[in-house]
Amino acid sequence: MNTFKKGISLIFSIILITGLLTGCNSGGKNANGDGGVTLKLLMDNSTNQDGIRAVADAIEKKYNIKTEISTRPGGTEGDNVVKTRLATGDMDDLVFYNSGSLLQALNPAQNFVDLTNEPYMKDITNTFKKTVTVNKKIYGIPGGSSRVGGWLYNKKVYKKLGLSVPKTWKELMANNKKIKAAGKTAVIGTYKDDWTSQLIYLADNYNVMQKDPEFPKKYTEHKATISNSPAALRSFEKLEEVYKKGYMNKDFLATTYDNGLKMLAEGKGAHYPMLSSALTVLNKNYPDKMKDIGIFPQPGDSKNSNGFTTWMPSAFYINKNGSNVEAAKKWVKFFVSSEGLKIFASKDKPEGPFVVKNAKVPKSSYPAVKEMLPYFDSGKTGLALEFISPVKGPSLPQITTEVGSGNKTAKAGAAAYDKDVEKQAKQLGLSGW
Amino acid sequence: MITKTIKRSQFNPLVVRSSKKEKPRSKSKWAIEFMAILMTIFIFGIPFYFVIINAVKDATESASLNMAWPASFHIIDNINAVFQAQNGMIMRAFYNSIMITLLSIFLLIIMGSMAGYVLQRKKSKLSPLFNFLILAGLIIPPAIVPTIWVLNSIGLFKTMPGIVLVEVALHLPFTVLLYKGFMATIPKEIEEAAIIDGCTKSKLFFHIIFPLLKPVSSTVIVLTAVAVYNDFVNPLYFFPGSENATLQLTLYNFTSMYKTEWNLLFTNILLISIPPLILFIFFNKKIISGMTSGSIK
Amino acid sequence: MTSSLSKRYTYYFLLPAGIVYLVFFIFPTVMSLFFSMTWWSLTDWKFIGFDNFKTFLTEDSLNVGFKNTIIYAVVTCGLKVVLGLLLGVFLCTKLKSVGFIRSMVFFPTLLSTIAVGIAFTMMMHPSQGLFNVTLKAMGIIGPDWLGDTKIALLSVALVDVWKGVGIATVIYIAGIMSIPNDYYEALMIDGGNSFHKFWNIILPLSKPAMNSVIILSFIGGLRTFDLIWAMTKGGPGFSTDLIASIIYKQYQGGFYGLSTAGNVILFIVVSALAFPLYAYLNRKEVDL
Repeated sequence: MNTFKKGISLIFSIILITGLLTGCNSGGKNANGDGGVTLKLLMDNSTNQDGIRAVADAIEKKYNIKTEISTRPGGTEGDNVVKTRLATGDMDDLVFYNSGSLLQALNPAQNFVDLTNEPYMKDITNTFKKTVTVNKKIYGIPGGSSRVGGWLYNKKVYKKLGLSVPKTWKELMANNKKIKAAGKTAVIGTYKDDWTSQLIYLADNYNVMQKDPEFPKKYTEHKATISNSPAALRSFEKLEEVYKKGYMNKDFLATTYDNGLKMLAEGKGAHYPMLSSALTVLNKNYPDKMKDIGIFPQPGDSKNSNGFTTWMPSAFYINKNGSNVEAAKKWVKFFVSSEGLKIFASKDKPEGPFVVKNAKVPKSSYPAVKEMLPYFDSGKTGLALEFISPVKGPSLPQITTEVGSGNKTAKAGAAAYDKDVEKQAKQLGLSGW
Repeated sequence: MITKTIKRSQFNPLVVRSSKKEKPRSKSKWAIEFMAILMTIFIFGIPFYFVIINAVKDATESASLNMAWPASFHIIDNINAVFQAQNGMIMRAFYNSIMITLLSIFLLIIMGSMAGYVLQRKKSKLSPLFNFLILAGLIIPPAIVPTIWVLNSIGLFKTMPGIVLVEVALHLPFTVLLYKGFMATIPKEIEEAAIIDGCTKSKLFFHIIFPLLKPVSSTVIVLTAVAVYNDFVNPLYFFPGSENATLQLTLYNFTSMYKTEWNLLFTNILLISIPPLILFIFFNKKIISGMTSGSIK
Repeated sequence: MTSSLSKRYTYYFLLPAGIVYLVFFIFPTVMSLFFSMTWWSLTDWKFIGFDNFKTFLTEDSLNVGFKNTIIYAVVTCGLKVVLGLLLGVFLCTKLKSVGFIRSMVFFPTLLSTIAVGIAFTMMMHPSQGLFNVTLKAMGIIGPDWLGDTKIALLSVALVDVWKGVGIATVIYIAGIMSIPNDYYEALMIDGGNSFHKFWNIILPLSKPAMNSVIILSFIGGLRTFDLIWAMTKGGPGFSTDLIASIIYKQYQGGFYGLSTAGNVILFIVVSALAFPLYAYLNRKEVDL
């Protein structure tokens, strides 16, 4: 007849057919009646799942508990997905989510199962437990190894140019100068993924704490701000300096994280201020280059204080309002058992030391991870600020991008960030803000 | 207005020009046409070419993101990979997107035409209020969080009916406006005749008026199909969850921190562009005629 | 007569549309006025007066959001109005390629904004992207389209125009096509040329079409979000943040009350600009 009527009838028939399809779908779903439980696990889409899946397979064999992993975006976008799903009572049984300040914003007492009295808690390091403790109750178990923030570097480039690992910021800058003179990118900037611009600021916390050990406390109580604390402001100044001296790749604003790792692996760039979780990504894409990749802590101004800023692993939390709490408890218990961790480490190499007491970093670990160990053994590590203070602003990536691309001075950037965190502190209802 | 419409149907600007003395195509005309085609291809064609050519390459070749002719063709492999990504997420997404789109269109046509009809015909003290509400809907951005709150309180958050109703609510003002505008071009005499024949109100509308609205209905179909199908934000917030994925979200399947698989990303772009393309071929001629009455009003 | 005519139509026909519109649009919008003055976690709220608005207005990035939103709306709207008119006039001529060109111009409007945004982001890469590679071949060093904070917003606006000019063109074509024959005949008798035809007939008589284009693209521009999100996410820094993307970011951060306050602010900005514009354009239309 005419197009219009054809269109309408087409629409109706499609509705009809798709309607039938749904019927099939929902019919298929219920046919899972072999007595086993299926746990749903929500995690971000950027964490490597190999290790977790291997452990989940073992759990399925052992307890007949299936695990269905679904993913959500990472970053602030993902935070919001988690918050919304908790607020609307629509959370999966297990939640893989950050420890530290982000956990506090989730209202754990209302949403997650209290694991304080579980026997395995004694095997987990206190440093980690602190980051999943809210009001003296422990809510999470570590979902992997710890990580450090530092400067990944290409050892081949270092060897070729005769450089040695810098112990002070000055030495690092001198190295950068030589690398730039040799025609290579001294510092890889990947600000298209703007979270990567935060690293110079975040990885500097060890140095801040060395100079001003009370800073996190004062900061949390709003008695100090970044712009009026010289030790903290210094972190922003370092970021500014790298840009001012022109050490970054020309296209750093258009370069993405995976491009940055490629530059590092291929030796086009010498340094990449990054989290050690990048090692897993590097290993996936460039396994034969792992021996060339090293890492050193972001140096401070004094030779005597040189150590890593560390990040605690994300944690598994159990949804208190889920329908499979008991099965989920079994699941996490197995995950932190030595058997579970062994399976995990066989598929997912650690990005730093484990936070379970008897678990050692295996011999086959990445060379860069072995390079970190002396710092851990001699206690030269300190937690990143977000694990010590709940005060973290949502706009940090944009602000560090502005400072790191010369659109704001260090001072102005710090002041802008002070404003930004105020919002977060107020939302959390912290006293003193 | 009515006289204008009647005239429009007889009118064809091309006739005027062809009644001019026919001269052979001059060189300058040729040049203009040639330039126009060249410009169109340059500005509008090249981006399509860029996407298509990179969709048929393998991962390494597409990573350099250039326009070069592929050394070998991998489109079938790429399509397979796209369909397998994230446990076949794209199939679920196709289903969800198409269902949301069709249901929204269906409701919009029914609700929009009824409302547009009455609003154009019936003038009362309330008319300015209704006009204001329509205008407000065109202008005011939706309040995201309160809408989630409403959906959640009535148990429709994260459900297909929920997202469909939100899409319908957000597209109603424009749809009603289109119908209202088109109604103005339908002479009232038709209804008078029908009333004399003893038609009831609803019969009058569904049997006599509604069929007359088909040009604008096809416009509504095209416009809302495009808008709802391509909608990214509303499903992201009112229809979250991995089972609820829509096609726009599948575009993010291939940009992970591990690497961006450009060839698959571009293949995905091609695949999700197929339904709009079909629509375009199907309804192309209807678009302009529907637009005439609706948008200009 | 009028009253008996009016009785033929019943407001019951408005019920289905009215209920959906009321529940899912008007009600949340009205509630946003209230929730914008609260600290809100979806399940819990606390009244805090105008604090959210104060925070929003003292946010560094908000001023830039106001300015960017208006620049973006004016640039995209202006270009669509002008380019759409030129294309529309051109496509109402007798050239053989009209159908092809019209399809090419219109087709992008049917595509996914996110997909278009992603593809153009790649083409705008400063060293490997298609734009600058082409420019380089012509001996020009292209800018960093999306990285340079001075032009990033305009680059996104250009993509918006690329994608949206088809709608404007089609509206113009419709307008030009509906110009009655008599005018051209009269002009021909007076011996006018093509320029006269454009200036004296097409331009004034396609004013209703132009008004539609202005309104649609201006409001669209003020509310834009998808494209900015797909291309720059408001960056570098805050340089391409629009009010809509700032709202979104506050929402992402879990500041529901604050985000809703942003919504109310956007609502005020858009209304303050769009309602008068609408009224103004409509008054002019009556003169015709």
